[in-house]
Amino acid sequence: MSRDNILHKVRTALGRSAGQPPAPPPEARLRVPEVDLETRLARFSQALEALGGKFYRAASQDDARAYVAALVDGRSAVASNSPYLEQCGITALAGVRSGFLEEPVLRGLCAVTDFGVTSADYGLADTGSLVMLSSREEARMISLLPPVHVAVLAKECILTGLDELFTVLALPAEATSSMVLITGPSRTADIEQILIRGVHGPGETHVIVV
Amino acid sequence: MTTVPHKQFQETLADTGLQLAIYSATGRLMDKRRATVRQEVLPDYQELRLQASALKKHTIENLDHYLEQFEASVAARGGKVVWCKDAGDAAEFLVRLAREKDARLFTKVKSMTTEEIDLNEHLEEHGLEAVESDLGEFIVQLAHSRPYHIVAPALNLTRYDVADLFTRALGVERETVPENQTKIARRVLREKFLAADIGISGANFLVADSGAVVLVTNEGNGRMCTTLPKVHVAIAGIEKLIPRARDLAVFLKLLGRSATGQPLSVYTSFLAGPRRPHEIDGPEEFYVLLLDNGRTRLLADREKRQSLYCIRCGACLNHCPVFRKIGGHNYPWVYSGPIGQVISPQYRGIGQDPWLPFASSLCGACAEVCPVKIELPKLLLELRGEVVKAKSRDGESRLERLGFRAWSWLMRHPSLYELAGMMGSLVLTSPEEGKWLRRVPFVPNVGPLKAWSSERDIPPLPAKSFRQLWRTRQGVAR
Amino acid sequence: MPRRVALFVTCVVDQLFPEVGLATVEVLERLGYTVDFPEKQTCCGQPAFNSGYREEAREVACHCLDVLAGAEYVIVPSGSCTSMIAHHYEELFAKDARRLDEARRLAPRVWEFSKFLLEVAGVEDVGARYDGVVTFHDSCHGLRELGIKEGPRRLLSHVKGLTLREMDIPEECCGFGGTFSVKFPSISGGMSRTKIESILKTGADAVVGVDASCLLQLRGVLSRDGLPVKTMHLAEILASR
Repeated sequence: MSRDNILHKVRTALGRSAGQPPAPPPEARLRVPEVDLETRLARFSQALEALGGKFYRAASQDDARAYVAALVDGRSAVASNSPYLEQCGITALAGVRSGFLEEPVLRGLCAVTDFGVTSADYGLADTGSLVMLSSREEARMISLLPPVHVAVLAKECILTGLDELFTVLALPAEATSSMVLITGPSRTADIEQILIRGVHGPGETHVIVV
Repeated sequence: MTTVPHKQFQETLADTGLQLAIYSATGRLMDKRRATVRQEVLPDYQELRLQASALKKHTIENLDHYLEQFEASVAARGGKVVWCKDAGDAAEFLVRLAREKDARLFTKVKSMTTEEIDLNEHLEEHGLEAVESDLGEFIVQLAHSRPYHIVAPALNLTRYDVADLFTRALGVERETVPENQTKIARRVLREKFLAADIGISGANFLVADSGAVVLVTNEGNGRMCTTLPKVHVAIAGIEKLIPRARDLAVFLKLLGRSATGQPLSVYTSFLAGPRRPHEIDGPEEFYVLLLDNGRTRLLADREKRQSLYCIRCGACLNHCPVFRKIGGHNYPWVYSGPIGQVISPQYRGIGQDPWLPFASSLCGACAEVCPVKIELPKLLLELRGEVVKAKSRDGESRLERLGFRAWSWLMRHPSLYELAGMMGSLVLTSPEEGKWLRRVPFVPNVGPLKAWSSERDIPPLPAKSFRQLWRTRQGVAR
Repeated sequence: MPRRVALFVTCVVDQLFPEVGLATVEVLERLGYTVDFPEKQTCCGQPAFNSGYREEAREVACHCLDVLAGAEYVIVPSGSCTSMIAHHYEELFAKDARRLDEARRLAPRVWEFSKFLLEVAGVEDVGARYDGVVTFHDSCHGLRELGIKEGPRRLLSHVKGLTLREMDIPEECCGFGGTFSVKFPSISGGMSRTKIESILKTGADAVVGVDASCLLQLRGVLSRDGLPVKTMHLAEILASR
């Protein structure tokens, strides 16, 4: 059996025996700096915009809704089932469809829709990233298939960076089968090293922080 | 056994367009990396490297434990680990799976591991279509070629090459603008993404405590291949393991910066099993193929097992002055650059490409930038020693061995060394003071002499060596 | 009171660039040192070591250890030879306890020329004069194994009449790499030409370095391509008056 074969070879190579406990691993190195909210937001927006993403600081949930309405402007949009979007009144906007639980239906829609509107679990200030855990409230494809991705989240969700993320969420696998860090719009430099945005994922990313 | 591909080197060196492409692409990646690891930008850079190296060392040295932990974690999340001794095992599994699922179309995320095992070719033999979805790999696949660089597969191609390819292979009207070429690829591949039965990826990291596959891309094809199809298969070498999810805080800070000068790539996916009952989308089946394919052999070598720490960032390629001259296709195997020179002989046997570990000036630029601190020059030196031992065992390279034995003898007999120098200075003289020679008079232009003079002039040996001048000087001083 | 130092002149300097050896001695004597030249010295063994001939390298290294035993300071006008003795002898003699011990005791006493001037002699201005524009090449072993980067530049900054212009790629390998230069001549030459392009852009009259083998390579290519740029060892500049 390949399993036994491989494990046996590994053990022989290392001089270890089956069931032998491992040496203690190096300590996990997580340093979470103390950074106030305003600074975090400033860093986040700077990082995001440097990547060609768009940042909007909404004064209120209403303001966020207005921004999305102006952006979508009557075109087609799919929103996730995030309670936060509902709170902001975004799911009630004209042209915005949500509440989908069937994958094939959602897929068919996302493939032809202009905007995908989601919330996000966290933002990472250092890199301008969104952290999205797949769930009943957040389907993966909404932030993937439509050419424009709009994410709306509360400002308190913006963490400092990776260290803080893995401090608050040491075992993402317990919560979800998919955690994705989205850092700016899709891009490539595969042809003559020329930067081009919007390859397979969304070419336009808006993050609204309330 | 291959011999030094001198002719191909010369062709590549003479191709000014290609030289410019390689030099500027790698130069750009070097500059971008430097900008993101500078002291002012990432003050802990060196500390992170130490940490990453220590984590890899620990994982590799306790690999059996982590492999089992990983397997159990994957199973706990509803996925399945498949152990593959070699390319054959992996291909067999996929073919069988395809039959079971009546699957015909695979979409693939860029993976050097799948290149290593010629996966696409194996699948094609069974009438299965595996479409590369990373733009660079898509282009390379259409060209029936090999990736030119670990991170930038189509580095050697121009937009005109791409235009030709797309017209020929996709039947589209000739398009030379890269933005539009990308739109074409997006359109073609989106159809495939949506229609794919099975998505195949590699893994940048395998996380033992989570049973997770970590995938890093910029284009979004990684997400496409691992979200849309009903089945996701990740293929990864056993060395890709890291102990804990939180160790990603170290590795993710190094990977993007070292590879392309990005603090984080656009999409970092942490995938742990098939979709959960409450989730709306995602694959229904999740397999991780753990590949040996010779890794256990590397593991057994205490000195060289650090080669397995590699996180495939490509930094060593970008900084290698040899790579920057000869490009990725002049290396004998799929892995190029310094890391390729170190692992190819270990996987393929040192007798396969005995010249490969010598194709380096040992400048050390690679080791300086390796995020996991692999001692590449040291490993190259070790491999050189092994090649020489093997050759002497097989009775090869007798002349070279004889040469070094003679040299050693001479260097241990100072008066004879001096005599040799004096004799040399009689032959290697210059007609004009300070002028170097095109070739050595009287001596046949062969071997090292020919090699030297093919590119450079030869220094005349001064009439008096330093030690002779010293003696005179001391005589005068006294 | 004059201190004694031993000179390990290196085989390349001994046979091909004796003027570099003389310049090294002159600078040291000017600073009040008495220079010994252990006559039995030949080579550090690097060519064989880099070519995979460890046995042969070991034999020559043993000879070198014997020659240099007992010297309090060994000055070497070469980064790569210094690094061979001070760093790589440990690898070579890993299995020979006696020689390993000798190598370990010798290592801290071996000094690349510029490092000796700055860190032991404690001087930056050696009273040199060189009228001209030069550029500096960072030899790989010196740079990456001995940390030689700022040092020579500080020494050059005090040389009267000298202008230093940095090339864009001072740290890129010149292409020598010992036997690499003859095993892969086209690549070696290509690397040099890229380097030389950068040197030419500075408009410098000379390229300066701490390793004669780099200068051997660069000069060979410069000569072949008919270019007027000179190559000079740091010692030669510092010995100029």
